Amino acid sequence: MSIVTVQLGQCGNQIGFEVFDALFSDSHCPQKFCSKRENEAYQASCKERFFSEEENGVPVARAVLVDMEPKVINQTLSKAAHSGRWKYGQHSHFCQKQGSGNNWAYGYSVHGPRHEESIMNLIQKEVEKCDSLSGFFIVMSMAGGTGSGLGAFLTQNLQDQYSNSLKMNQIIWPYGTGEVIVQNYNSILTLSHLYRSSDALLVHENDAVHKICAKLMNIKQISFRDINQVLAHQLGSVFQPTYSGEGSFHYRRNPLGDLMEDLVPHPEFKMLGVRNIPQMSENSLAYSTFTWAGLLKHLRQMLISDAKMEEGIDWQVRPPLSGLPTLGKMPLTKEFHFNTSIANLVILRGKDVHSADLGAFKDPALYTSWLEPVTAFNVWKTQRAFSKYEKSAALVSNSQSLVKPLDMIVGKAWNMFASKAYLHQYTKFGIEEEDFLDGFALLEQVIASYRNL
Amino acid sequence: MTQSVVVQVGQCGNQIGCCFWDLALREHAAVNQKGIYDEAISSFFRNVDTRVLGDGGSISKGKICSLKARAVLIDMEEGVVNEILQGPLRDVFDSKQLITDISGSGNNWAVGHKVFGSLYQEQILEKLRKSAEHCDCLQCFFIIHSMGGGTGSGLGTFLLKVLEDEFPEVYRFVTSIYPSGEDDVITSPYNSILAMKELNEHADCVLPIDNQSLFDIISKIELMMNSGKLGTVIKPKSLVTSSAGTSKKRQEKPFDKMNNIVGNLLLNLTSSARFEGSLNMDLNEISMNLVPFPQLHYLVSSLTPLYTLADVNIPPRRLDQMFSDAFSKDHQLIRADPKHSLYLACALMVRGNVQISDLRRNIERLKPSLQFVSWNQEGWKTSLCSVPPVGHTHSLLALANNTCVKPTFIELRERFMRLYKKKAHLHHYLQIEGMEEGCFTEAVSSLSALIQEYNQLDATKSLPVEDIPRLSVAV
Repeated sequence: MSIVTVQLGQCGNQIGFEVFDALFSDSHCPQKFCSKRENEAYQASCKERFFSEEENGVPVARAVLVDMEPKVINQTLSKAAHSGRWKYGQHSHFCQKQGSGNNWAYGYSVHGPRHEESIMNLIQKEVEKCDSLSGFFIVMSMAGGTGSGLGAFLTQNLQDQYSNSLKMNQIIWPYGTGEVIVQNYNSILTLSHLYRSSDALLVHENDAVHKICAKLMNIKQISFRDINQVLAHQLGSVFQPTYSGEGSFHYRRNPLGDLMEDLVPHPEFKMLGVRNIPQMSENSLAYSTFTWAGLLKHLRQMLISDAKMEEGIDWQVRPPLSGLPTLGKMPLTKEFHFNTSIANLVILRGKDVHSADLGAFKDPALYTSWLEPVTAFNVWKTQRAFSKYEKSAALVSNSQSLVKPLDMIVGKAWNMFASKAYLHQYTKFGIEEEDFLDGFALLEQVIASYRNL
Repeated sequence: MTQSVVVQVGQCGNQIGCCFWDLALREHAAVNQKGIYDEAISSFFRNVDTRVLGDGGSISKGKICSLKARAVLIDMEEGVVNEILQGPLRDVFDSKQLITDISGSGNNWAVGHKVFGSLYQEQILEKLRKSAEHCDCLQCFFIIHSMGGGTGSGLGTFLLKVLEDEFPEVYRFVTSIYPSGEDDVITSPYNSILAMKELNEHADCVLPIDNQSLFDIISKIELMMNSGKLGTVIKPKSLVTSSAGTSKKRQEKPFDKMNNIVGNLLLNLTSSARFEGSLNMDLNEISMNLVPFPQLHYLVSSLTPLYTLADVNIPPRRLDQMFSDAFSKDHQLIRADPKHSLYLACALMVRGNVQISDLRRNIERLKPSLQFVSWNQEGWKTSLCSVPPVGHTHSLLALANNTCVKPTFIELRERFMRLYKKKAHLHHYLQIEGMEEGCFTEAVSSLSALIQEYNQLDATKSLPVEDIPRLSVAV
């Protein structure tokens, strides 16, 4: 089954390009440890999901590019075309002349309705190229105007028009110290709207990815390209093909459906995060060896101590002793806080993958009480290695991990809202104080729900 | 991509405008090597086939034929505009896009605003409409004028109301030269205060600039150049304060160096909208992020490094120094000290080989020494444009919405009151039809209200930041 990607705004388009590039590169990466047949099956599966084919054999990304001003899309299209390896469809993009001005209200209330038909038509065309549709992957940022506002509008539309297909929104959480001054307002409005219309929100925080670039990849002058590439690598490690079940060697058909089933058991809880190890510069990689035991141990501790990367993990944090009631209300300032999960999905790629022991992830202490580990925990595997890593392990989790960042954004937005600063920019386009309040209420609810796991 | 139209009013406005167009041409010539008319150039220039008579002949793609500035030139005397039209930039301006008169406004806001305003309203509308028609998607009007005189101040602000009525969706960015203390126009306080009221009410964004600051910056550059430091060599191709290396040789005039700074300001302001980058910033984002309340739309600007404003090949200091300098009071384009006042919002627009990590490192480093208003502690807007200014590797434009503009306004009001109390020169204004004392008192009230807003914000400066109690929800 295929996934149609919708890239929105500068961020969405810049990232979207890196994602397709990472998927393609991995797919064509020379393999040492798996058979030719295996590799071909993997490549075919990857292709079906993400690329369609044109007459001359160049794979075409199953994507629709949307932006309200032309510079980024032009760059993205030409970068892909010049690579010579894959490209975007000639008519798969929609562009306007004037951007959304970092204004969620403008993206949602003006651009949305105005361009609804054209954009939905483009998406329809892309869907028609698929033999069968798994769902939509929408890449957007929360801080700006197009990705956030128009993204929220389109997701709602997708829900109405394609009610049987799944929607996963890849959301970029902006840097804490600001890229856009009204980013907290835009984020509140985006998250609250998406919570109602999306099936899952996969979150990547710029701050976290930045640290990975600095500490693990050793990049000195980090550019957005570096950040986007790390992000794309993480997404690739989640979305590339895996076997459909224990003991099977066929690749699973419906990655989005399976992701939702494994990770979003309850619609109140749909915020997902990704951790992927190992992640390091190529130089370091040459000197490193990994064992599944080592990788999984680190990954588990990253989960329970809420570390976003493999360095600086707090090994003091332990799960509460089983038998005792779970910790109840989550204190935000307490140091050794334990990160409770609703559901976890571990994805293992590489040599000897079947020998990996995942017992530690099935510990009920990791999870909230209303789900059995047998339901809450899942694992996907493939022998085929990912990118240049002989072994790699990804963890997609639905846990309390995003409560703190969410709480911070809500706090800052609330302070600004109380002073009424910038509100005139939103009311100008029909987003009133009430809409903000609705958004705040919904998100406080989400925070409270997660805190009480 | 959108287009902008520059409206230059009065002697000062036109002289600055002229420098701006010269710099803009040079920037695009350096960036656009192939001579193809692209979207970046189209933001400020039309491509015209001059063989076609009349008004047609606009070419939207392909090779550059003849570039025409998207500009309207207005002056109530002929001297300055005539000089422009006879100078090396004459081909850049559309001779139909100007409005001139002979007698001038006599440094009298009322003459500029009321007399010439009503006299030329129709013509002004016609020229503006024409320039708008030539645009695919008009986003912004840039108005350049001075506050102290008669035409720029009076007619320039009259124009704002016309623009607001006729093109309500198009942004109005005003670059205003405020009179310095030693201004030789006696009535400049009157003109400035009367103009301020219009700016308060009809501008989206104002970039106040004063001559003294520009002069100090030029002096600093010259000091650097003459200090005999190693490598202080004239660069052949960079954006210049002198005309060395240009194909269109312009006689350097006394205010040229200072005007070039303002020209550079406008170029850098629009660079991220015209050129590509990893984090673009369009013009509509400036207003969105930097204007938290409609009345507080005065932005203090600073351009660093200084040597990007000159043809100097001084070995570049550390990148981080560029960021530090942007916040120093010596680099601001008005007399203001943002570090010791309160920030409402701040934008950093970087050009050249600077990446997000450089930006973040410097924000983290400088943040502790800056005071931000309680509800916008993280109030930074940033942009990264890959194209550096001509001949240099990188540059930074900082725009601050900061209470440090207050002293300028307070001083202006004091100078006004000194004159007004004695009713000095008032008769020149009151004899103009439509003017009465009420105009003056209203204008002062408007300014006082604005000053009061800044006062209230300043009062919150030393208070501890308290979090407002949040919504509590039932679980």
